[in-house]
Amino acid sequence: MFKYLLKRLASGAITVWFIATATFWAMHSVPGDPLLNDKAVDPEIRKNLEESYGLDKPLWHQYGLFLGNMLQGDFGYSYTQRNRKVNDIIRDHFPVSALLGVIALLIAVSGGVVFGAITAVYKDRMPDHIIMVIVILTVSIPNFVFAALSQLGVLNLNEWLGNTFLPVAGWGSWQHIVLPAWVLGLGTLAYLTRLMRSSLLEEEGRGYTLTAHAKGLSRFRILYKHQLKNAILPVITVIGPTIAAITTGGFVVELVFSIPGLGRYYVQAVQQLDYTVIMGTTVFYGAFLVIMVVLVDIVYGFIDPRIRVGQ
Amino acid sequence: MTESLSVSETLSPELFEPMTIEMSVDKFEQPSITYWQATWQKLLRNPKAVSSLCIITCLVFITLVGPFIWTVDPAIQDLEQISQPPSWGRSALVVDDFGIWQGVPITEMEQGEEDGPLVLKVIGKGNTEYVRLTWRPIKGISEYHIYRNEFVPLDIATLGIPLAEIILIDGEAVGYEDRLKLSERDYYYSVVAIEQVMNREDSDTDMPIAVYSTIRVSVIQGVTKADALFLNLESEEVNGAQTVKLPLHPFGTDGLGRDILSRLMHGARTSLLIGILAPLIYIAMGVVYGGVSGYRGGRTDEVMMRFADFVIALPFLLFMILLKVAFGIGPGESGILPMIIALIMLGWPSVARIVRGQTFVIKEEAYIQAARLMGAKPFYLVYRHVLPNVLPLIIVSLTFAIPATIFTEAFLSFIGFGVVPPNPSWGSMCNDGLQHMLSTPHELIFPASVICIAVLCFNLLGDGLREAMDVKS
Repeated sequence: MFKYLLKRLASGAITVWFIATATFWAMHSVPGDPLLNDKAVDPEIRKNLEESYGLDKPLWHQYGLFLGNMLQGDFGYSYTQRNRKVNDIIRDHFPVSALLGVIALLIAVSGGVVFGAITAVYKDRMPDHIIMVIVILTVSIPNFVFAALSQLGVLNLNEWLGNTFLPVAGWGSWQHIVLPAWVLGLGTLAYLTRLMRSSLLEEEGRGYTLTAHAKGLSRFRILYKHQLKNAILPVITVIGPTIAAITTGGFVVELVFSIPGLGRYYVQAVQQLDYTVIMGTTVFYGAFLVIMVVLVDIVYGFIDPRIRVGQ
Repeated sequence: MTESLSVSETLSPELFEPMTIEMSVDKFEQPSITYWQATWQKLLRNPKAVSSLCIITCLVFITLVGPFIWTVDPAIQDLEQISQPPSWGRSALVVDDFGIWQGVPITEMEQGEEDGPLVLKVIGKGNTEYVRLTWRPIKGISEYHIYRNEFVPLDIATLGIPLAEIILIDGEAVGYEDRLKLSERDYYYSVVAIEQVMNREDSDTDMPIAVYSTIRVSVIQGVTKADALFLNLESEEVNGAQTVKLPLHPFGTDGLGRDILSRLMHGARTSLLIGILAPLIYIAMGVVYGGVSGYRGGRTDEVMMRFADFVIALPFLLFMILLKVAFGIGPGESGILPMIIALIMLGWPSVARIVRGQTFVIKEEAYIQAARLMGAKPFYLVYRHVLPNVLPLIIVSLTFAIPATIFTEAFLSFIGFGVVPPNPSWGSMCNDGLQHMLSTPHELIFPASVICIAVLCFNLLGDGLREAMDVKS
């Protein structure tokens, strides 16, 4: 187990290095000048600025500096927001994205498991048909359209109720989280419902289910006590990629609902060619995702020992 | 021995004549069909997949042929019709060109009973070019304020801010011409007589008349003669008034007056081009990469797959944005090519992984061993045996990759890193439409539903294909 863990961590570290390298070179091939403002800059000032950001050095040198600083956990100062460290930007805005993501993930996983179970129990009956139609429609609607539609719906609801029951944009209280988290989690919820359904139906054909039925156990008990444990394994496997989908899906939701999360800052940074913010955010996100996938793998190893043996 | 001899004596040569078959054996009349024919038949039995296939075919057909039939330029702005809802042809009243309107001379006003002082009257027909109002002034009052409201004003306090303040100098002609951004709807115009404080103190008599009056004006679409001539519009006589037919926009127009139908069709070209071309290329790449890796195995496989794993680990949308911007070099770049390149660079590894795994399994099969023993070359083996076995998997992943790519394109266009403005795409149309969602929802509904329909069809077709080909996901 320890060796497996070490191996996973080592490959994770190499992956983060690869992400950092790819980001560095991709970004430096973007045409444009990060120091170019509306105002004309004095050549002397420009030279000083370039020196302070290390832009006067050859690219390889810059790459080395970047890697060295990254190892120390320092991503430098933002180009556009003077005197603001990238670390501070991440520290200020990532918790917002993370909170939103965690709640969305909770909604998606719990909803997916519950609806998946319902569809599997009522296979080829009305609840199954209704839920599956909703699921297939949901995966076909782009999330920004869905975000806009739900904003519209809640606006009308608020108008009808006569008070701001749920705010449609902004950030600050728990009511602000409800709508964006719901929009963010819905696509994943639909996907997990499908996965849970097919996984449960597979368990339906197994011998132990048959035995349980023969023993005269209630349908709920079979589902809860016996099938769920086995059927939930595929859901756990996809949680790693799901976290990735939810964190990046957060971009749109943060834009539409004007939430001060990291995704919104990333989009802004790319538009303004803020080298340090782009690099810092990408490496941070990459490392975060790698860690999540490794964590899920380890948890999975505990839950299902067969996997560990397979490795 | 003797016995056998005796038997041979009883045999005659005619016994060895071939027998004519009289009894017909029940033949299995089912012709043998190939795997692909079987798949096709299975697919045809799935109504969801068939209807999806039909809709996709229609979409592709409209995309290819549509712009030749509906030849409206998607970038042309029809300023007479901005944010118009869908309609089958609209007509407009031809009105006089711009000029100074003096108002109606007081001497010409009729002195009707109901036509008391300060009753608003519309001169001519209110249209989007101008609304001309007149009223009979109250004696001794020379200042009047004109108000325009979109709802019935309840009393004088709810009129709001005046549109104009008019002071009659010698009181020869009274009138006001409103040319301020009129659209086709009902307006409530009010006129208020402003009593001068001096006047009030001078006269002891009460003011017997209402201090304001309101009139409802239904404004219709109007076009000036010059514009009608300039736009080369067909004019006709309807009920004595000269009208013209405005350009037809069956799906309405967007916030800049561009034809939505045309933009949808041109946008389909962009969206489907990206959505189909990019997956085709990266799946081909993935097949080659995964095939080589899986077939060679060992050290090569390990190195190649490690690299693929790295690329998979890149945060997809972050890198999509970064690469899209990195490749978007040069003026006149439409944003289509960089997006395809970025999609290819990030999309291939997942396909490569699937193909590699499958190749690994197939390579150990007995028939491959047999073929190898017979001296088959690796290229022949892959082409003849491995590829046909991987093909169902590839086709299924293609049908799922297309909607995913359409989504990605829409997403990038939505956040502003997609296709560059004069080129429409479904995603950027959604983005434009979102800004007018409350007032003119059709601008969002059309592109959004087209995306939904396309993605839904590809998903259903993919499901059907997976079942028909019996591929495990």
